Amino acid sequence: MTVIDEQVLQLDPEEARRVRQEQFERIGRWVLPLAIMILAICLWDRICVWNEIPQYILPRPGVVLQTLFNDAGLLFSSLLVTLRITFLSLVLAVIGGVGLSVLFTQSKWVEMSFFPFAIVLQVTPIVAIFPLINIYVNNQTTKLLLCAWIVAFFPILSNTTLGLNSVDRNLRDLFKLNGATRWQQLRYLRLPAAMPYFLGGLKIAGGLSLIGAVVAEFVAGTTGQSSGLASRIIEAGYRLNAPRLFAALFLISLTGILIFLVLSLISHLILRRWHESALKQER
Amino acid sequence: MIGEKVARAPASDVAPTLLALRGVGKVFSNGVTALSAVDLTIREGDFLSLLGPSGCGKSTALRLIAGLSTPTSGVLDWRGGGSLDRANIGFVFQEPTLLPWASVFDNVWLPLRLKGISRARAAPAITQMLARVHLTGFEDAVPRELSGGMKMRVSIARAMVTKPRVLLMDEPFAALDEITRFKLNNDLLELWQDERFTVVFVTHSVFESVFLSNRVVVMAARPGRVFDELAIEASYPRDEVFRTSPDYAALCRQASDVLVNAINSTAGTHHDGH
Repeated sequence: MTVIDEQVLQLDPEEARRVRQEQFERIGRWVLPLAIMILAICLWDRICVWNEIPQYILPRPGVVLQTLFNDAGLLFSSLLVTLRITFLSLVLAVIGGVGLSVLFTQSKWVEMSFFPFAIVLQVTPIVAIFPLINIYVNNQTTKLLLCAWIVAFFPILSNTTLGLNSVDRNLRDLFKLNGATRWQQLRYLRLPAAMPYFLGGLKIAGGLSLIGAVVAEFVAGTTGQSSGLASRIIEAGYRLNAPRLFAALFLISLTGILIFLVLSLISHLILRRWHESALKQER
Repeated sequence: MIGEKVARAPASDVAPTLLALRGVGKVFSNGVTALSAVDLTIREGDFLSLLGPSGCGKSTALRLIAGLSTPTSGVLDWRGGGSLDRANIGFVFQEPTLLPWASVFDNVWLPLRLKGISRARAAPAITQMLARVHLTGFEDAVPRELSGGMKMRVSIARAMVTKPRVLLMDEPFAALDEITRFKLNNDLLELWQDERFTVVFVTHSVFESVFLSNRVVVMAARPGRVFDELAIEASYPRDEVFRTSPDYAALCRQASDVLVNAINSTAGTHHDGH
């Protein structure tokens, strides 16, 4: 190694500390939560053993895992049902949310007239609306979809509307100067400018559509009309089958996490080149 | 106050009129008079600077010329009557105002794209324009990867890619450091001499206006109005030699004196400078 190389590598104490700190943080971001998780599971297991808690009240983690394998057929077919509702309602939320927000930005009058109704729809608890939907809608899937959609579409609508309206004033003037049509302004300026806002809304809506689907199944499930994961939970609750209850719960959580990660990845891939939120921090 | 040296530039006199502002005024809805009875003749091939303190309505005047705003009183008389086709106006804002998600190439393509010209058909013009502003090789970069000066070059390329007859610039270099600003001044002048378009350049820098223009229109505030006009007779091309010449210094001094008078003419009101 030459003298110059050594000089390059010779960091002053402050920089060296900063490099160490960064390394720790990079590792800690994964290791710490994982360690806490494992610790909590171990503790859970020990508590069950020490207190001799019966399986129908609190099953040991190993039993839950065992159930996950034993009941895999039942649980995963239910998961598929829930996933289908979640995914479809998210797609509909995107179409409805973006469609409505585009409509709103085309005319201030439309926005002023209809935005309050969207808020009313959002703030009314879905559980309270469901009995009405149950009366008016016959088809089971439609019922659940409608519920999940009502819960999920609002963040997309409100975020995209905000994004479409926060276009740089000068850019708007530029388009005007170049004789852009309304459609061109929407296509080349407003929609791309709203993309970061839309993706933010999508991340929230992804989680909400799962919650909406599960809540809707819960309400429908009490009348024995559903076959999703929520109905498995209710069923297991009635039968004091706590291991299966935990296993179903675990699957729902996992699904939520996966949805969030996938949407975060999509968001990152779209924004990474130009938007502040996706940029690596540079010193 | 206008010295002997600063007479009307003869070249400018013989050029045909492109645009005449007659008694143009603008009053905003909040009652502020941004511009009051402006008379101004812009000739073909002029490099005309609107110089003045903040609040003198120079930017408002530029927006009126661009058609982004309509005058409360008076008329803008484009040669041959009526307003100039918007395709014939290029506009450069104070900020680069680029599409952050689009590449340099696509940003310059934008005005042509809005006219329905495909990327392939626009490519030669875009490539040529990028070469003119010394950005060859940066076609695929996005704005955030560029320095402030380079972003401004993209902005100028975008304004010029439609080959406009008039280039309107609203304090385009105000946010740049001096070295970059000088460089862009030189490049802009070179472009202007080659293509012979007309420039209306809003600035609050005496030095910049004198260096660039053949005419400096000094404006005063409250209400915004034309205070005086100076012809800058120094010949083109102007370069770094001109920037350090005694002639340039003397012209700057004269313009500065006029500007001070313009600022003082706003009697009894506090002026916050710039």
